[in-house]
Amino acid sequence: MVIAVLALIGLLLALYLWLWKIGVLGALACFDEGCETVQLSEHAQFLGIPVAFLGVLAYLALLALSLVGIQPRWVDRWEPSAGLAAVSAVGVAYSAYLTYLEAEVIHAWCQWCVVSAVLITLIFAVALGGLVSLRRAQRP
Amino acid sequence: MAQSRNLKPFYIGLALIAIGGLAAIWMARSSNAARTAAREVDPVPVSAAGFEGWVIGSDSAPVEIVEYADFECGACAHFSVLTGPDIKSRLVASGRVRWRFRDFPLPGHANSPLAHHAAACAGEQGKFWDMMDRIFYNQSRWVRDRRPDRRIKEYAEAVGLDMGQYGDCMDEQRYVGQIEASRQEGIAVGIGSTPSFVIGGLLVVGSLPYDSVVSLVERAERAAEQ
Repeated sequence: MVIAVLALIGLLLALYLWLWKIGVLGALACFDEGCETVQLSEHAQFLGIPVAFLGVLAYLALLALSLVGIQPRWVDRWEPSAGLAAVSAVGVAYSAYLTYLEAEVIHAWCQWCVVSAVLITLIFAVALGGLVSLRRAQRP
Repeated sequence: MAQSRNLKPFYIGLALIAIGGLAAIWMARSSNAARTAAREVDPVPVSAAGFEGWVIGSDSAPVEIVEYADFECGACAHFSVLTGPDIKSRLVASGRVRWRFRDFPLPGHANSPLAHHAAACAGEQGKFWDMMDRIFYNQSRWVRDRRPDRRIKEYAEAVGLDMGQYGDCMDEQRYVGQIEASRQEGIAVGIGSTPSFVIGGLLVVGSLPYDSVVSLVERAERAAEQ
């Protein structure tokens, strides 16, 4: 349930950044111009796809997995938690890379990207914790 | 065996968060619209003797978009990268619009004068718009670079400038006065931030999406027909 809430917040955040990227929103709400600097940099795209859109897909997947995981028939199974841990691990790794780029290459901070990095890290920690406790509970 | 839980309150809570988030995004869009609210201004004082800005498009185009922009401003780059190509290919190329770029370097932007001057030197060789695109597309690189002049020189080479002429132009600071005159004209029009646009006598502030530009152009076309 915690993951579903975090994933939904992340989804809304990624959606906001993606809508800005495709020109639907006029200006980003940001403390300074760092958000726009980061979002306009070459690193805001991966294989020609806006990173924010990849974020939308990732958070959607996490939300779907977390909702599956709370259904009665899945709640005692390890697959949803493993899926959450796997997807969020990729997210944490990519967010760490993007945070490094902000600090060392772009020299600008996008506060929303930092919030997203924190969210995905929390999701990973909760998913990992859930996976570990599930395995402990299932031990004979 | 898992205990059956009533998930309904949780789903309701999740739905409320989703609705709240989407409403916040919608409000952000609306507040941008308010920020870009147009107001009537006097015609842009384009002095025949002074600098008229950098222009693409037909002299006979019924509508002119005058853009006041700063090369170091993120929203200006946003507009140039996202909306600019559509304006060129769909409005300027069809003869509906003439686009006039006016330099408006903001005081707090340390590297902006350099970029504006480099673009003016490119303009001297008929390559202002190519150079402008390079400068905006690569804004995040040169803005934070320790040697932005080197970066911008690379863009000058990339757009095919005669580098000897470019170097002389930069050394002589040939267009400093012209850029300042353009900025002063902007202040006279009432420009306070960038990007700002004057379209059909309306001053509009902020990075406009293409649809908004088209609406303003259509309004100006209707006014021109009357």
